[in-house]
Amino acid sequence: MKSQDQTIQPAAKVSRRDAIKGLFALVALATTSGCKSDSDALDAYVQQNFREMTAEQLEEALSRWERRYAETFKKEVEVSATPAQEGVLFGYALDISRCIGCRRCVYACVDENNQSRAPQVHWIKVLEMEKDKGVNLHHADQYYDREVVPHPGKFYFPVACQQCENPPCVKACPVSATWKEPDGIVTIDYDWCIGCRCCVTACPYGARSFNWAEPHLEPDELNTKTEYLGNRPRTRGVVEKCTFCLQRARKGLYPACVEVCPVGARKFGNLNDPDGELRYIIENKRCFILKEELNTQPKFLYYYGV
Amino acid sequence: MKGSSHFIRDSIRIVAQGSPAYFGWLALLAICVVQGLLAYQDQVETGLILTSMRDSVSWGFYIGNFTFLVGVAAAAVLLVIPAYVYHWKPIREVALFGELLAVVSIIMCLLFIAVDMGHPERFWHMIPMLGTINFPSSIMAWDALVLNFYLILNLSVASYIIYCANQGRHYNPRVVVPLVILSVPAAVSIHTVTAFLYNGMAARPYWNSAILTPRFLASAFCSGPAILLILFQILRKATQFEIRDDAIHKIAELMAYAMAFNLFLFGAEVFKEFYSDTHHLIHYKYLFGLLHGTASPLAPFAWMSLLFAIVAFLLFLVPATRKNVVTMNIGCLLIYVSVYIEKGVALIIPGYTPDVLGQIYHYVPSLTELRVAVGVFGIGFLLFTLMVKVSIRVLFTQPVTTPA
Repeated sequence: MKSQDQTIQPAAKVSRRDAIKGLFALVALATTSGCKSDSDALDAYVQQNFREMTAEQLEEALSRWERRYAETFKKEVEVSATPAQEGVLFGYALDISRCIGCRRCVYACVDENNQSRAPQVHWIKVLEMEKDKGVNLHHADQYYDREVVPHPGKFYFPVACQQCENPPCVKACPVSATWKEPDGIVTIDYDWCIGCRCCVTACPYGARSFNWAEPHLEPDELNTKTEYLGNRPRTRGVVEKCTFCLQRARKGLYPACVEVCPVGARKFGNLNDPDGELRYIIENKRCFILKEELNTQPKFLYYYGV
Repeated sequence: MKGSSHFIRDSIRIVAQGSPAYFGWLALLAICVVQGLLAYQDQVETGLILTSMRDSVSWGFYIGNFTFLVGVAAAAVLLVIPAYVYHWKPIREVALFGELLAVVSIIMCLLFIAVDMGHPERFWHMIPMLGTINFPSSIMAWDALVLNFYLILNLSVASYIIYCANQGRHYNPRVVVPLVILSVPAAVSIHTVTAFLYNGMAARPYWNSAILTPRFLASAFCSGPAILLILFQILRKATQFEIRDDAIHKIAELMAYAMAFNLFLFGAEVFKEFYSDTHHLIHYKYLFGLLHGTASPLAPFAWMSLLFAIVAFLLFLVPATRKNVVTMNIGCLLIYVSVYIEKGVALIIPGYTPDVLGQIYHYVPSLTELRVAVGVFGIGFLLFTLMVKVSIRVLFTQPVTTPA
C-alpha cells in the first residue's frame, strides 16, 4: 500500500461519510428487492475508492472479493494488491517488422487477464494495414480473417493501452476511478467506476473496453491468481484495460503477450534501467510513438527491428 | 410551514382537476413513462448491450438527447434578457415559464445521464466530500456540479414565485431579481461546460475545434425560444397570460439573428475542414454521406437539419413571414427539428465514426434506446404539464398585490 498516495481522512470526516453512505446503502438495499441482502453486498456498496482505503478496509475488500469469486466460480481465487516496485517505470516496445498478425498475443491476454469470453473482450487489437500505405489508421482492418498470416502486401500493427505518461483517460474520469500508478501503469478501480465511458471517449488508442453485458467466463478458464487493480474478474457496466499484466510484471515476469509472441516482436522492461532492453531499442532502433501530436507521451513504442 | 403544506395541498387539488383532454394527455404521457420504465428494466437486467452503443461508438442517442436538452435548459432562461431589455409586460411570467422549462429540461438531462451509466447506483462517488470527485480535471465533474446548481437555482426561484402568488402576495424582488440575473450566467455556464466535455477530447478531432462551444450556444438560442414561442401562444389563447404581438415578433427576430450566427459558424467549420482537406475531414464526410463506398445512416438527417435551418432562418428573417402566425410556427417547428438533429445526432455520432483506430461502426439507436428516451421525455412532459397547470391557476386566479 505504500505505493498509493493515499489520503487518510480525519476520524470525524470518516464517520460522517460513513453515516451518509450507510443511509444510501439502506435505500439501495430497500429498493433492490430480490437481491441477497447479506452484509457483503452492503459493504461492497459503501466501499471507498481504492486510493482512499485504509489498510484494514483494503484487506476487507480483498477478502470480500475472494469470497464472492469462490461462490461464483466454485474455486479458490486469490485477490491481492501488490504495490508498484520502487524505481521501476515500465515500458514496452513492439517490432512492426517482425509481427506476423497471428493474434496469439490477443488470446494469451484474454486467458491471463480473465476477460469475458462471451461477449468477447480484447485488450489487444491487431490491425492489418497495407504495406504501400504505411502506418495509416484509415486503412486499418481489425477484423481481418486470413487462412495464413502474414498476408501478401499486408503488415500488422497491434494496439493496446499505450500507458501514457499524460493519460487523457485519467483526466476525463469524473470520479477518479482510474489513475497512473508509480510504475507508470494506468489502472482502474472496477468497484469505483460508474460506467460513464468518458475515458473510453477520451482515449486516442481505443484501449478501453466497457462491459456492455455481464462478462462470461467458465470456471475452468479462470486464472485464479489475480490482482485487485488488474486481472480479477470484472462485473457488468465497468471499464477495463491492459495493465501490462501487472500481476506478472510486478513480480518480475513478462506480460503474457510478450511471453507468447512466436517471433519475439514484443519487448518489455524497466525504462529506468540504463542497461535494459528498452533503452537499447530506444538508442539503437528507429522508434516512433502513435499519435505523437496529442502529447499523451506513451510508454509503448513501435520500432523497426530489421 | 403552514403556508407550504397549504401550497402543496392546493397544488394537488389543481392538478387533480381538468378537462377530459387534460386527462387524456396525462394518460398518454403515463403510457410513455410506463413503457419506458419497462424498457429500462430490461436494460438494467441485461446491461447496456441492449443499446446499439459499443466500444467504437460509446455514447449515442442518450447523450445526444442530454446535449440537446442542456441547450433547451440554457436558452429558456436566457429569454429573460430580452424580456428585461425590451420591457415586456409579463416579465414575471416569461421568467417563470422559462425557469420551469429549464427545471424540466435539467431533470431530463440528469435522467438521460443516469440511463447511460453502467452503474447509476454509484452516483455518490461523484458527490464532493463523500466520494472522490475528480475536480477540476474532469469536465464531466464540472458538468455535474453546474447542472445540479442550475437545477436548484431555477427550482428555488420558480417555486418561490408560485408559492408567493398562491399566498396572494407579491414575491420579494430583492430576492428574486438577483437570483434571476444569476441564472443568466449560470445558463451560459451549463452550456459552455457541456460543450467543453466534447471539445476537450483531443482524441476526437471532430469535436476538438474551438468553434464547437460558440456553435453550441448559437443553436441553443434558436431551439429554446422556439419552444417558448409556441408555449406563449398557447397560454395566450387559453389563459389570461398576456404577451404583446411585438414581444413575440421580437423573439422571432432574435431567433433569426441566432440562426444566422449558427449558420455562419457552421460555414466556417465546413470551410476549414473541406478546404484544408486533412484526415479529420472524414467525420464530416461520414455525416453528410460523402464517404466513398460507405453509406451513412446519418446523412439524410444531416441534410434535413441543414435545409430546415436555412428555411427557418429565411422565414424568421423576412418580417412578413416572421409576423405571420402560420409561417412563424412552421419556422419554430423547423428550428426545433433542425437543432434536435444537430445536437442529438450530428454532434455525437460522427465524433466516433470512424473511431480512433479507423473503424467505421454504423450506429443507429436500438429499440430499447428509443423506448427509454420516450420514457424520459414522458416524465419531462408530465412534470412540465403539471407545473404549468399549477402556475397558471395560481398566477391568474389569485389577486396579486403590489409590493409595499
